[in-house]
Amino acid sequence: MSKEKIQICEEFFDIMPPEYQALVTNATWGKEGRGWKDVGVNKELIEQHSLCAGCPESMAFRYILASLPNPEDTVMVGSTGCTSLVFPHVGVHNIHSLFGNQNAIASGLKRALTLRFPGKVKDVVVLAGDGATVDIGLDYTLQSWFRQEMFTTICFDNELYANTGGQESGLMQKGFVAKMAPVGKKFDKVRLPEIAKESGCVYVVNCTVSKPSLVEKVIRNAVYIAREIGPTYIQLYTPCILEIGKNSMEGLQEMRDSEKPGERFAYKEFISDQAKAFLADLAEKEKAKKASAKEALAQA
Amino acid sequence: MNQSGPYVVRPGPEAFLPPAAASMGNALPDPGQAHINGRIVPEEEAFEEAARMFLGGTVPTIFPGPLVLWAWNEKAKKKAKAIKFLYDTLKECAPQDAKPMLIPMPDYRPKYPKINPEVEINPNHPNLTIWHNKIDVCMFVGVHCHQANLSLKIIRGGTTCYTIAMCAQAGHEDACLSFRDASVEKIMHLAEWVKKLKGAVPFGALKKHVAALESKDRVGGTRN
Ligand SMILES: Cc1ncc(C[n+]2csc(CCOP(=O)(O)OP(=O)(O)O)c2C)c(N)n1
Ligand code: SF4
Ligand SMILES: [Mg+2]
Repeated sequence: MSKEKIQICEEFFDIMPPEYQALVTNATWGKEGRGWKDVGVNKELIEQHSLCAGCPESMAFRYILASLPNPEDTVMVGSTGCTSLVFPHVGVHNIHSLFGNQNAIASGLKRALTLRFPGKVKDVVVLAGDGATVDIGLDYTLQSWFRQEMFTTICFDNELYANTGGQESGLMQKGFVAKMAPVGKKFDKVRLPEIAKESGCVYVVNCTVSKPSLVEKVIRNAVYIAREIGPTYIQLYTPCILEIGKNSMEGLQEMRDSEKPGERFAYKEFISDQAKAFLADLAEKEKAKKASAKEALAQA
Repeated sequence: MNQSGPYVVRPGPEAFLPPAAASMGNALPDPGQAHINGRIVPEEEAFEEAARMFLGGTVPTIFPGPLVLWAWNEKAKKKAKAIKFLYDTLKECAPQDAKPMLIPMPDYRPKYPKINPEVEINPNHPNLTIWHNKIDVCMFVGVHCHQANLSLKIIRGGTTCYTIAMCAQAGHEDACLSFRDASVEKIMHLAEWVKKLKGAVPFGALKKHVAALESKDRVGGTRN
């Protein structure tokens, strides 16, 4: 798939539902520098969502979709959980995998796309909940990193199994009591970002989605690095407001509170030297491109 | 085992889970053939029958699927033109009180929690669009096989709609009538038949036809 193929046959344009017309005429396919600022103005590749009102996962979804550098040639792999209710509304190719299998599916997919489309950039991005990433799917998550599979893994960390009513997850905080985990968590939150680094991820970020520009930067870096250097892992705090007893409007504050210095979602980043050099090189090229565009404009 | 003939694939409502016609022993047509209610026939016979069904319906509807809605190659663009021509022909030739429709199936996402049945059909709950618009005869074209099979069974299961498949592969045993190897020429040929039978099929004749089908013993096939 590439953006030239996202066209409706002339004869049928008028009968297509409006969201598809908008997707074709107003989406940001192929737009250079697309980003979170397109949300709400351009079609940001998500029509509506079926999450609870005010769920931070919906913000996270929008920022991520708006930040993908190459949506027309990206395949996302999801897993069961609250996120899986959103994927049917997403205008990017996506595969729903059996709960926990997402990184195994993505490994095969990325390899197949590389073989099938040599010389073409095809991005694979996994997006799954903490239960899928860290508990039931942990084996596949880690094995894909050990094998240095070239794709990005994003975990929506809401610190429990939200979709099934609030069971304990490995990423839950110690002592937390959830609706279906009344005894309270007995061990610490699993330190997956550190494990990711030790397992071979070359770019790892742990943060919240309170700042769209930051999410955009992190997602772009992760996708670019996964194309060229190795696996990348992004853990985003998307609190389940339903389970922690917050109102629709309180998700943002919850994220702000938990990203203060010393808190568990204070911004944390690991980047390998090679990935760092790669990003620096990219930035340099981008700068040169802008300068020459400016020069061309001045001469015109 | 009794070889009493194919399982009669006719409009429903059949059951919550109607059996796959293949599991009842129905076979797919060979090139040059089609099937009508599970019975293998020469293709030409099916063209006439399909045109009669279209003209005999009160809301004859074409459901173009993603393979023809999206301009992903030259063939798709040509088929789109042919389908639009068939639809225009249907509008021109259908009895005055009939209300032909053209409703897209843009993709297969299980759109949750809702679709707008006035403007689209979704293969995971096609019955909603059929009920809402009171569609009594429809044609699938440009829908991938597995989604068409699923959808055709749901339609047979829960609605009274007569289904036609203009299939680009080997045909659909779960449609009431199915062509195979659909091409621009075949779609245009069906339009010719619609034109040829203009005025020859009374408004609502489909209903009688279906009633006659219902008087037949449904269970046939090699399984019984
Ligand atoms: C193989 C399998 N095991 C268990 C389940 C049940 N199940 C559905 S969603 C879910 C929890 C999802 O938790 P998480 O991955 O954290 O996503 P969230 O809903 O919190 O976003 C579970 C256990 C399933 N669907 N499939
Ligand atoms: S249950 Fe929690 S994580 Fe799931 S949609 Fe609702 S608020 Fe969001
Ligand atoms: Mg979770």
